[in-house]
Amino acid sequence: MKIPFSKKERTPFEVLSFISAIAVFSIIFLIFFALLIESFPAMKAFGFKFLIGLKWDPVRDIYGALPQIFGTLTTSFLAILIAFPVGILTAFFLTEISPSYLSRPISIGVELLSAVPSIIYGMWGLFVFAPIISRRLIIPIKNKFPNSPLFEGPPMGIGILTASIILAIMILPLIVSICREILLLIPDKVRESAYAMGATKAEVSFKILFPYAKKGIIGSAFLAIGRALGETMAVTFIIGNQHNITTSLISPSSTIASTLANELSEAVTKLHTSSLIFLGLVLFFLSITVISLSRYLIYSVEKNSGSRK
Amino acid sequence: MNKRHSILRRIYDYTFKTFATFFAFLAIFILGAILYEVLKRGSGAINFSFFFHLPKPPGEAGGGIANAIVGSFIVTFIASMIGIPIGVMSGIYSAEFGRGTSFSRYLKFSTEILSSVPSIVIGLFVYAVIVVPMKSFSTIAGALALSIITIPLIHGVTEEMLLMVPNTLREAGLALGVSYPFVVRKICLKSAKIGVITGILTAIARISGETAPLLFTSLNSPFFNFSLLKPMPTANVTIFNYAMSPYDDWRQIAWGASFLITVAILLLTILSRILFKRVKNG
Amino acid sequence: MKKILLLTLILMAQVTLFSQVKTITGAGATFPYPIFGKWAYEYEKITGLKLNYQSIGSGGGIQQISNKTVDFGASDSPLKSEELNSKGLIQFPMVIGGAVITYNLEEIPDLALNLDGESVALIFLGEIKKWNDPRIAKLNPELRLPDKEITVVHRADGSGTSFLFTNYLSSVSLKWKNLVGYGTAVDWPTGVGGKGNEGVASYVKQSEGGIGYVEYAYAKQNKMKVAKLKNRDGNFVEPSVESFKMAAENARWDKVDNFYLILTDQSGKNSWPITGASFILIYKNQENCEKAKTMLQFFDWCYKNGSKYALDLDYIPIPENVYSMVENLWAEKVVCSGKKVWSN
Repeated sequence: MKIPFSKKERTPFEVLSFISAIAVFSIIFLIFFALLIESFPAMKAFGFKFLIGLKWDPVRDIYGALPQIFGTLTTSFLAILIAFPVGILTAFFLTEISPSYLSRPISIGVELLSAVPSIIYGMWGLFVFAPIISRRLIIPIKNKFPNSPLFEGPPMGIGILTASIILAIMILPLIVSICREILLLIPDKVRESAYAMGATKAEVSFKILFPYAKKGIIGSAFLAIGRALGETMAVTFIIGNQHNITTSLISPSSTIASTLANELSEAVTKLHTSSLIFLGLVLFFLSITVISLSRYLIYSVEKNSGSRK
Repeated sequence: MNKRHSILRRIYDYTFKTFATFFAFLAIFILGAILYEVLKRGSGAINFSFFFHLPKPPGEAGGGIANAIVGSFIVTFIASMIGIPIGVMSGIYSAEFGRGTSFSRYLKFSTEILSSVPSIVIGLFVYAVIVVPMKSFSTIAGALALSIITIPLIHGVTEEMLLMVPNTLREAGLALGVSYPFVVRKICLKSAKIGVITGILTAIARISGETAPLLFTSLNSPFFNFSLLKPMPTANVTIFNYAMSPYDDWRQIAWGASFLITVAILLLTILSRILFKRVKNG
Repeated sequence: MKKILLLTLILMAQVTLFSQVKTITGAGATFPYPIFGKWAYEYEKITGLKLNYQSIGSGGGIQQISNKTVDFGASDSPLKSEELNSKGLIQFPMVIGGAVITYNLEEIPDLALNLDGESVALIFLGEIKKWNDPRIAKLNPELRLPDKEITVVHRADGSGTSFLFTNYLSSVSLKWKNLVGYGTAVDWPTGVGGKGNEGVASYVKQSEGGIGYVEYAYAKQNKMKVAKLKNRDGNFVEPSVESFKMAAENARWDKVDNFYLILTDQSGKNSWPITGASFILIYKNQENCEKAKTMLQFFDWCYKNGSKYALDLDYIPIPENVYSMVENLWAEKVVCSGKKVWSN
């Protein structure tokens, strides 16, 4: 719809709102330029090789970011692999299965998971969760499949797998709340007609509702990946912080954000600092890519479902 | 055949329900496990001196984090004072004055990217543009870093809430002959008010748990500070410093402070949910 | 009598202080954070000076003093003379500490395990993989070492502790020096990285067969199992205040410029080989004369009256012969608007 207002009478309120919009819009560019300028020495020294370099050696001042890029993508991918099915089933529980007196407290509870500070997840993961994972999950699997390349190395409970699970817990609320919103947007008519034909709840959920909301739900997954990519404190505590590329789920790795958190305050040479900021810039681009995808998917859902409520 | 099919369908349905229920309760269980751990380790530290004394070196009895609690309030308050007006006003632009324009679409996109920038990078940015030129760590730098984190959240929720206001309301207002900005201010904002407040509370909850952006901006201090231009103690940075120290009494205080912050954030979140429920119900 | 005199002196100083400078800000290394806190706390009681020291890491400390966002910086690794000169800084050691090696083997009690530089280097290079490796067994003829895999744990965050540890390995093992080198953060050939002492300690605790290094105060306060190390003179020593002191006293501070001395692998019968000092960085040319004087008075007090507080927290104070050299340096180098700030 078109809102009529004449161009002549701009009130201070309107001008202020426009200025704020410009200010908000420009923050991201300011941050981008600040990162760009600071990472220039590293770009000059390594160029494109930075992205495919395997060595991160502060002593010799040689920096390659592939291990961290690998770690960031792997943990985020595994996290979404875990959180997505859990999240969508939880959303189905809240909207389709649960009686209403249960669905409110549970959805608040799930939401509260996102309110727990990141550093608490880190400390909890380190002291409580990692030992449990090691004893109850990794050691039994190792005993069953002693030669599996996925479970090579000492079963400390620290590494890619544990970090991914903690990340999954942290992004779960985001997936649940978006999926829930989308499911609630689907008109009741759709459900009722299916139930009238004798469909079970599982069939309604997977065969009717899921295809209906597919794009939006997948969009939420991308948004959650975006969140996972930049997660810092929690991951730093439990990933094991070793810059290496590995096939083993239980061996240590490192992510871009954890490397920043670990090394930024202790970086002595200019090139080291600059390379760390270059890493930040790489993360920035990863986020932009993922969020663009999610935006595109969610946007097309909104367009399909017609007017908003 | 048909019967077998229907049994299979029922098993399928049953499995689905069991898993869905299990996962929903699993999430609550994890929340409980985390809260239990923080409570167990932190509750011992909470006493009179924890709230009313200044920090003391390890080995001295009766240290507290009174200054950091006050400091956290001040920094969060100033951050909100910067973030709320900017976020709300730009949200209004997106939803009202600039609705449907390509600028407002880019604006939305940019806020989404901003919300995924790691907070440590935001801290670095503020360090480079505020702390270094001013040659001092300061309250205002910390508050600015936190406000940058709140802006995309507040912007998003304001826009969302305004878009939910039905157009009939706007038309009714305009039909009375008042100007559009007036309609936005007195009618749209009013009906979106509680939703926006919910979003603001969520944003405040979010920054209350942040440590990384404060490390290089407001730094920390063992004293009370009420100056905008000096290093400011905060509970989060104190946790960060104390949690890694060799001494038991400091680590105890770190867990106590974690407990305090977690409880505060949970209460804020619950408060915002209760408010939000009121929006949805009318 | 001497004490009373000193007290009156300090009280007199306080009168001037109160009217002038009340706060001093410093930032840097994490390692001395607790002891600076303690010193500042005690010093405030007598003088009213508020000293705010924050642990943001040695690299951060160097960066902050370079950007002049603080009055002094602190670093666990000394700066080279060229860098000091180009920035107009001086550095001096403030307190001593070190790293110890901790392990998790059920059957072997505290202080029962003997290691030497070569074996530690090979463990951290990933070449010695099992506890019953002959190269470890040879050092421990009386122990029955288990047939367990070794899990190496190192610091993930850049830290002064890593700096000392890798510096030690570089000075005792040529292989380590060539393959890895030393620094606050290095390219670790193997193992897992824990965040902070806490992270390393809990990773070691969680893996049977684990080995790692933490700062001395941390191991002492938390009653962790530590290994004895063979020092330069060929003796197996245990980490203790005495063995750290020995290393500091045997060091030849007078032979180096700008106190550029890393105390690893020092000679002396009982010297602990992974010892190091934490350094303070200040500008030669001070902008605020009162502040400069106040700051140096505080450091002077720490040297002369701070030892017992340091020992309480398991730090090792700077020996007297060393701090008198430091104060000579102040008298010679630190100026403010053309005038000397300090006189002995």
